[in-house]
Amino acid sequence: MVSAVFHSPRDAANEARPAASDKPKAPAAPAPVAKARQPVDWRGIVLKVLPPLVGIAALVGIWALLTIKSSTFPTPLATFKEAVVLFSDPFYSNGPNDQGLGWNILFSLQRVAVGFGLAALVGIPFGFMIGRFDFLSRMFSPLISLLRPVSPLAWLPIGLLVFKAANPAAIWTIFICSIWPMIINTAVGVQRVPADYLNVARVLNLSEWKVITKILFPAVLPYMLTGVRLSVGTAWLVIVAAEMLTGGVGIGFWVWDEWNNLNVTHILIAIFVIGIVGLLLEWALVSIAKRFTYDDV
Amino acid sequence: MTRNFIQVQNAEMVFNTKKGRFHALREINLNVAQGEFVTLIGHSGCGKSTLLNLIAGLTLPSSGALICDNREIAAPGPERAVVFQNHSLLPWLTCEENVHLAVERVFGATESKAQLKARSLAALDLVNMGHAATKRPHEISGGMKQRVGIARALAMEPKVLLMDEPFGALDALTRAHLQDELLKIVARTQSTVVMVTHDVDEAVLLSDRIVMMTNGPAATIGEILSIELERPRNRVELAEDTKYVHYRKEVLDFLYTRHGHVEKAA
Repeated sequence: MVSAVFHSPRDAANEARPAASDKPKAPAAPAPVAKARQPVDWRGIVLKVLPPLVGIAALVGIWALLTIKSSTFPTPLATFKEAVVLFSDPFYSNGPNDQGLGWNILFSLQRVAVGFGLAALVGIPFGFMIGRFDFLSRMFSPLISLLRPVSPLAWLPIGLLVFKAANPAAIWTIFICSIWPMIINTAVGVQRVPADYLNVARVLNLSEWKVITKILFPAVLPYMLTGVRLSVGTAWLVIVAAEMLTGGVGIGFWVWDEWNNLNVTHILIAIFVIGIVGLLLEWALVSIAKRFTYDDV
Repeated sequence: MTRNFIQVQNAEMVFNTKKGRFHALREINLNVAQGEFVTLIGHSGCGKSTLLNLIAGLTLPSSGALICDNREIAAPGPERAVVFQNHSLLPWLTCEENVHLAVERVFGATESKAQLKARSLAALDLVNMGHAATKRPHEISGGMKQRVGIARALAMEPKVLLMDEPFGALDALTRAHLQDELLKIVARTQSTVVMVTHDVDEAVLLSDRIVMMTNGPAATIGEILSIELERPRNRVELAEDTKYVHYRKEVLDFLYTRHGHVEKAA
């Protein structure tokens, strides 16, 4: 979490670079096609699949060993059985305080989407302006440096005070924590548009609109998507904590509720679910980023 | 044919860097006639690219004046197309779209979309890259990218073609091939060309005149050599031509004997 929230511009650039270097590997992609004609490479497949399986097995094994004699902490088997029950009916609804796991996740995702969407609407254009105009950059960089390291939850009381309701306050917290990576990465991207491209624009005498749509935007897009990816990751981390404090339907509040019920099995399941949803969000955004990354030719 | 199509009059260039003032060019006087092929040659750091950027309008001189077609050069413009050393194609556009960007700017107001597309494709055909119209820059070789860069410049039907070491990053065989093609294209389009190079053979083969620059700082034009070789020129025949060998010797003599590159002490 810390690394994602306190992301400095230099780190952001480094983040973007591996994404850019992904593409050159693309020509190697036809290799598996060629391989298909040859005998199946069992050794390669085993070496690829085995280590992750060993890792998971080790986790479950240690967990099982430690909980063999415990009466308070559930075993892996008990957790799995309970998970099957939970997932068999994820969308039931027995009033506001007792809803299916599916609803809880969807409500959390909705808050993240709204808060994050607003942050993108504000942060990306703002980042463009900071990157393009030196005056704005110098004007806002001390403010950003000051506010960025603040834990997002510290903003929650301000949200509660201003909006006088829990739900908008949670969204406000997501907004404030996901706006920084987008501002900073977009600004860095704009500042790093290769001078050659801008010279092309000058020599061709392109209009400001063409410069933005044909040169600046595509050149900045990979940086911007890095910012978006970091933001979504942070937002998903923060929503759980925010919901614990604000209540309502949501995965974070669900965890807190189950803690009050002393239902540790459900908490463990929630941890896995939160992890998997975060993984899926990350994966989706990485695939989008790959789609829009271009080689520096 | 205008004798003084491009005029550089007493141009001085001083850069204000962090380390202080750097006097790059002094007292540059040069006239280029319409349809003439002029190369600027000199050791690295002699300010030949700076002079080209001045003609392009990418930088403005500290003092002195530059005139192109009776107008002062105050900013870059489509009548002075630039071919960059590293081609500078936009990686997210196809070859055709890269060329189209230039075509659209110059002819977009007066011509239909079909005409613009025809122009882009014609420019690609001119450099034998018609087959790669839908490819993106990373899918084609370095020499091909440079050709597309030339096509983009030619598509604007510029009055002047400015080339900054256009073949510098290419291997020797590709370079020779593109030089031959450039000769053909220039013969066909009657373009005025100002080209920066550090390759003596390239300069003699392509130029009507070679502008040899002294070493910086405060570099200036040391000597101008007129190359009176018949066109079309053939590199294989020229290799044993006494006049060609003589011109080549002249340039080498200027660069290495009279103005050898002195590494700065300390």
